[in-house]
Amino acid sequence: MKTLRATTFLIAATLAAPLAAQQEGGRLDIVVQPEPPGLMMGLVQNGPTQLVAGDIYESLLRYNADLEPQPSLAKSWEISDDGLTYTFQLQDGVTWHDGEPFTADDVVFSADVFLRETHARLRASLAYVESITAPDHTTVVFQLKEPFGPFINAFEAGTMPIVPKHIYEGTDYATNEMNATPIGTGPFKFEKWEKGSYIHLVKNEDYYLDGKPYLDEVYYRVIPDAAARAVAFETGEVDVLPGGSVENWDVPRLTEMEGVCSTGAGWEFFAPLSWMWLNNRQGPTADVRFRQAVMYAMDRDFVKDVVWNGFGKVATGPVASSTNFYSDDVTHYDYNPDKAKELLAEMGYDGAPVRILPLPYGETWQRWAEAVRQNLSEVGINAEIDSTDVAGWNEKTSQWDYDLAFTYLYQYGDPALGVSRNYVASQISKGSPWNNVEGYENPELDAKWTAAAGMVNTEDRAAAYAEIQKEIVDDVPVAWLQELEFPTIYRCNVNDLVTTAIGVNDGLRDAWVEE
Amino acid sequence: MTILTVILSRAFKAFLTLLAIAVLNFCLLHAAPGDPAVVLAGEAGAADEQMIEQLRERFGLDQPFYVQLGKYVGSVLTLDLGYSFRQGAPVAQLIAERLPATLLLTLTAFVISLVLGIAFGVAASARVGKASDSLLTTLALLFYATPLYWAALMAVLVFSVWLGWLPGFGYETVGAGYTGLARAFDIAKHLVLPALTLGLFFMAVYMRMTRASMLEVSQLDFVKTAKAKGLSGPAIRRRHILRNAILPVVTLAGLQVGQLVGGAVLTETVFAWPGIGRLMFESLAARDYNTILGVFLVSAAMVILFNIVTDIVYRLVDPRIGAKA
Repeated sequence: MKTLRATTFLIAATLAAPLAAQQEGGRLDIVVQPEPPGLMMGLVQNGPTQLVAGDIYESLLRYNADLEPQPSLAKSWEISDDGLTYTFQLQDGVTWHDGEPFTADDVVFSADVFLRETHARLRASLAYVESITAPDHTTVVFQLKEPFGPFINAFEAGTMPIVPKHIYEGTDYATNEMNATPIGTGPFKFEKWEKGSYIHLVKNEDYYLDGKPYLDEVYYRVIPDAAARAVAFETGEVDVLPGGSVENWDVPRLTEMEGVCSTGAGWEFFAPLSWMWLNNRQGPTADVRFRQAVMYAMDRDFVKDVVWNGFGKVATGPVASSTNFYSDDVTHYDYNPDKAKELLAEMGYDGAPVRILPLPYGETWQRWAEAVRQNLSEVGINAEIDSTDVAGWNEKTSQWDYDLAFTYLYQYGDPALGVSRNYVASQISKGSPWNNVEGYENPELDAKWTAAAGMVNTEDRAAAYAEIQKEIVDDVPVAWLQELEFPTIYRCNVNDLVTTAIGVNDGLRDAWVEE
Repeated sequence: MTILTVILSRAFKAFLTLLAIAVLNFCLLHAAPGDPAVVLAGEAGAADEQMIEQLRERFGLDQPFYVQLGKYVGSVLTLDLGYSFRQGAPVAQLIAERLPATLLLTLTAFVISLVLGIAFGVAASARVGKASDSLLTTLALLFYATPLYWAALMAVLVFSVWLGWLPGFGYETVGAGYTGLARAFDIAKHLVLPALTLGLFFMAVYMRMTRASMLEVSQLDFVKTAKAKGLSGPAIRRRHILRNAILPVVTLAGLQVGQLVGGAVLTETVFAWPGIGRLMFESLAARDYNTILGVFLVSAAMVILFNIVTDIVYRLVDPRIGAKA
């Protein structure tokens, strides 16, 4: 842990220091796992796609580690005092990878036409938008129907990738042939995809920032086996292991190698938070005392130290501590088996068995489910593990066929974007995963979530979210586990790899290799 | 029956078999839990009903089961393997991209295992009971009993990580830009470890079988006759014993060529080999129905094809078989 913190600090220090002489040229090999289904970021937004396509596509803004907006395709922006008008000034001289000029029309088409049809997560934010217009070629105006506090956080490349109007207008987006050879405005151009082996990107010579990017080419390497990925890094075949590429127990061994650095930075925007959905509808998990007993029964520090090798932080509630509006003023559920037993006795738990559904994302998650099962059995909860593959997990969770189900979700920098969706009743919908799967219904809190999202003043929002967190933590609709940390492991001669809150996914426009 | 009529009648039966396999695959796959639209939506990190509905409609999953089955059989009959919505490409193209790598890997492994297996088997049977026989038999037992993935990991550890002699994964050196002979050599280097790993198990099987079969045939009367006629040991082994002893090995080899494609899933995963086994496994995890069905069908066709080839090889090895069939 110490080394990790130290390197994180070092990176922060390098960022703050005046720019060192960046060297041009070189190549970077990065692991991508699993192989992305496609690279057209307007259509697919899963993790691997964002990692690779984050070099090809851009959005209007980027976000620093404190989640403050930074220029990207927009060089400046203005929000009206009533919080209803967002005006963006675009960069000059930006071209698409095929040489066509990029204009405000592309932004309007992307946000108002293309993504409204294809991007479920953005669609929810766009519901607040009255109109998107382009008064001239370098100005875009978003006019909101009502104030929406987190709106300024929706302009990240994975949330609002800007796609070329001249290629997609009037076509069937899903089957457009150009999806195979994506065209963006980003620092790197798509060159070749050898399915099953690698994706090759090359430097965009016409990038609008002078001198950038520094690298000549990037290879994203597809290596399906976790042990083989570790070997690939060990033998020097790859230079960067993005978070989660290798099993946790390999991390100390790899980071102790000479010339190897690691950082936990670059996850502030996503702030993945893991929990178990507790089925609030039926069985013992429908009783709030049972849910609280589960919280007290779990030794979450043990899991953090042993299963996750010390990476991450025990969660205190629905909002991750790195996210805006986090509040620590909540009930803390420390490891207390006796209290758990008391609560179970009070509710008259009859020993009815409960099923735990682990997340099928590798060994770490299996071990985690086993640790929880062990903890639960120690307080007399009869739990069994109900394993499945990814498709089966999606089916079981979306059909509410579980008692306790592991999951984790990205927070997207704001409770209204990445947190409330798991707790408000309007998000209950059978057959669709990644929403209020636990079936928590609390009309009073729903109203508070809605009110908080619509507040313009930051202090008002902070107070509202503090109140929400306090109340919901007592209700335990889900069992919060851990703020996940996925260290990025890389060779120390790679500089400026992680410069924003989105980490390696945010494109390698600043990265350079020291010979 | 001439070879030609045999092939024609076998081809017709093969066609019916394949059709039955296609229908069975389709039913089995749709009986499995999981829905490709939900998987795809889930991977996007968010989903609403509109998105799931759009996806299901695009996949054709909103239609009744028998309509989907009818459409699938119809397209198989016209040799159309469908479209992978997940990967955004025709299934036939996806398979065509991956099949050569798998064929290269499995056929190399197959040839290595068959040639070495038979050679060691013959050698062991010629020195039955001696120390060299015991050594070969023990080694065969070891290879036979070692799990494939463990052998693979150990091979990578020793030859790539420790010794650095051979690449531990991949199909070729990425971005090296080799062409012609240099590229072939580069691929060959990458091929060594996975082909050996995949071939070791079968080599052990063929060796044990050849040895046992050689010993059995060598007890038969016609071998005694040959000996009585004064033929030399090697000549008897080559012309009389091996020719008869090899038939069960051919049978087994024909069956196992089919298994090689399936067994390659593990090897391809450990060695990051861009083949069809991995394509199948990944498509299965994502419930990419069209791709899985396509891979299943092509694998089934290959098994049937190799069976026909085996039959023809029988006739070449032992002409008596053709007369009886």
